Amino acid sequence: MSESTEASPSVPSDTTARPVIPDRLRSPFTRMIGSWEFLLLGVGIVIFFLNMQASPYFLDPWNLSDATFNFTEKAMIAFAMALVIVSGEIDLSVASIIALVSTCMGFAVQLGFDTPMLIVIGLLVGAACGAFNGLLVAGMGLPSIVVTIGTLSLFRGIAYIVLGDKAYSGYPESFAFFGQGYVWWVITFEMVLFVITALFFYVLLHRTSFGRSTVAIGNNPTAALFSGIRVARVKFILFVLTGVMSAIAAICLTSRLGSTRPSIAVGWELEIVTMVVLGGVNILGGSGTIPGVFIAAIVMGMVTFGLGLLNVPGIVMSIFVGLLLISVIALPIVIRRTRQRVTR
Amino acid sequence: MKSLKLSRDVVLAVALVLLVILVSLRFPGFASVDSLVGVFNDTSILIILALGQMAVILTRCIDLSMASNLALVGMCTAMLNASVPGIPIPFLVILAIILGALLGSINGLLVWKLDIPPIVVTLGTLTIFRGIIFLISDGQWVNAHEMSAGFKAVPRLELLGLPLLSWSALICIVALYLLFTRTAGGRALYAVGGNPDAAVYTGINVGRTRFNAFVLSGALSGLAGYLWVSRYAVAYVDIAGGFELDVVAACVIGGISIAGGLGSVAGAVLGALFLGVIKNALPVINISPFWQQAISGSAIIIAVIFNARSERRAGRIILKHAEQSS
Repeated sequence: MSESTEASPSVPSDTTARPVIPDRLRSPFTRMIGSWEFLLLGVGIVIFFLNMQASPYFLDPWNLSDATFNFTEKAMIAFAMALVIVSGEIDLSVASIIALVSTCMGFAVQLGFDTPMLIVIGLLVGAACGAFNGLLVAGMGLPSIVVTIGTLSLFRGIAYIVLGDKAYSGYPESFAFFGQGYVWWVITFEMVLFVITALFFYVLLHRTSFGRSTVAIGNNPTAALFSGIRVARVKFILFVLTGVMSAIAAICLTSRLGSTRPSIAVGWELEIVTMVVLGGVNILGGSGTIPGVFIAAIVMGMVTFGLGLLNVPGIVMSIFVGLLLISVIALPIVIRRTRQRVTR
Repeated sequence: MKSLKLSRDVVLAVALVLLVILVSLRFPGFASVDSLVGVFNDTSILIILALGQMAVILTRCIDLSMASNLALVGMCTAMLNASVPGIPIPFLVILAIILGALLGSINGLLVWKLDIPPIVVTLGTLTIFRGIIFLISDGQWVNAHEMSAGFKAVPRLELLGLPLLSWSALICIVALYLLFTRTAGGRALYAVGGNPDAAVYTGINVGRTRFNAFVLSGALSGLAGYLWVSRYAVAYVDIAGGFELDVVAACVIGGISIAGGLGSVAGAVLGALFLGVIKNALPVINISPFWQQAISGSAIIIAVIFNARSERRAGRIILKHAEQSS
């Protein structure tokens, strides 16, 4: 028992350590150097050079372009998830929403619908799934972790009921553009979408009153309520947004794979949460930035791509992802503690 | 308060009985003693895991790594048995429990010493443990013919008409009931989840208690790991994949509050049995097993709505008492 927080009863053990208010702010430059995003960028650059050393094929523009596929779809959801986590909730059902959206689109194809209608159906189903989560969490005040574990089973369960062990394919040719199309040279449609959604969520979180409300709710929902923020409505909108982003990711993924199985995107929820937390978003809510998540997505994409070039099997990569997740959160805590010990 | 908790378990028990009756209307053989004993035996592993998860959830934490822990320990015991068949089985079981407890203590230490949110820790160890299975097994399966006969026979061994698998679940139920209700350590779990700040004032080490809960859930996962591998006589990377959600579902259905401090052993067992009955009933009444996931998902959502209702009611009653006494 050296100095764990529970030793002092005044600090509730659920909250993080009380922030220290400095006498004077550090200069913007030193703040930038010390920021999480900057550290992450440094890690990204190191990994980039390691990858260059690891394989001569890494720098090929077409290879790099292909490599973006393994994070763009997840990152689109991660931006929305970042806002949900900042508001103090979590949505574990995103991958199941992908499965349900994809199944509904596949079903619509069998009925003879064409691409524009497929997109509309996909987005509507995603929004409906998000609204269902939002209704249970924001409307009824239920804990989001349990609700979304439930809907995780339910949404994918519906996909299994519809599809069983079969698969949908035969998507129209024009549908292929979303996951396989190139806008210019090696720039894929998904990359463009990735950047656009990043900008959208950047503006939403950091430049609008809605974003400030989200942060306020994450820090103290009661205080937010008393300062006139419609807490339930903000949370409901966030869940719907996450549903819509999952639908967009589902459209891209389905278009890229060209078929739908009920097991599509299994386990993505964990990778997406990892991405968000790696991006410096506090899992307990209240803080986080979109640029952080943006860089984290690229770093995770490069790690998996680099390990892939070295013929490391996917399941071993998941060890790295798991270690990354824990160490990324543990490291700042360990550093802060040792710093406290030194200054004492 | 006590009568409320009791009624929650009773409601669940009634629902369970109704479910069994409903199934037996379509398929009369389902309600026979033999068949129900079979369902219990089938659900034994889920019951053991749900009891471990319950200890963790009581302290306001969650352990998503249980299924990976189970699979890793299962693979280790299977590989050990395949390479050194001479090791006596009781020793192997104890080894499995210790190994599981060690893996659980990793979660516990990270939560206790570094204050990392349990959901993050166990999401991380969930993938790490799975990955380690691949590393140690090289993606290979340990098949039935590689395991010794004794290894596979233990869960099927009959004692007083019940297989040993059921007995181990029964022993766990009794032991954990005593632990949760009759020991200081068990009451500490409730105290920490009910109000961590108040627990500190009563001299309970909150972090330490959470660590203990994770060690317990790890040890039970380890035991379940041996039971799983020996029962199904096969070990590979993906065994019990996604089972962690079933375990959480069993607890939620059993009325164990995710906010901590509320829940009973009977609830966890009934919650697990509820899922077990659904799983076993679907094939006999000719519903495709593909329905199972959606049904357990709906059950979780209904249960959490129901639990929230009764918890809120409890809150109001307390306030009324406070008003009257003041």
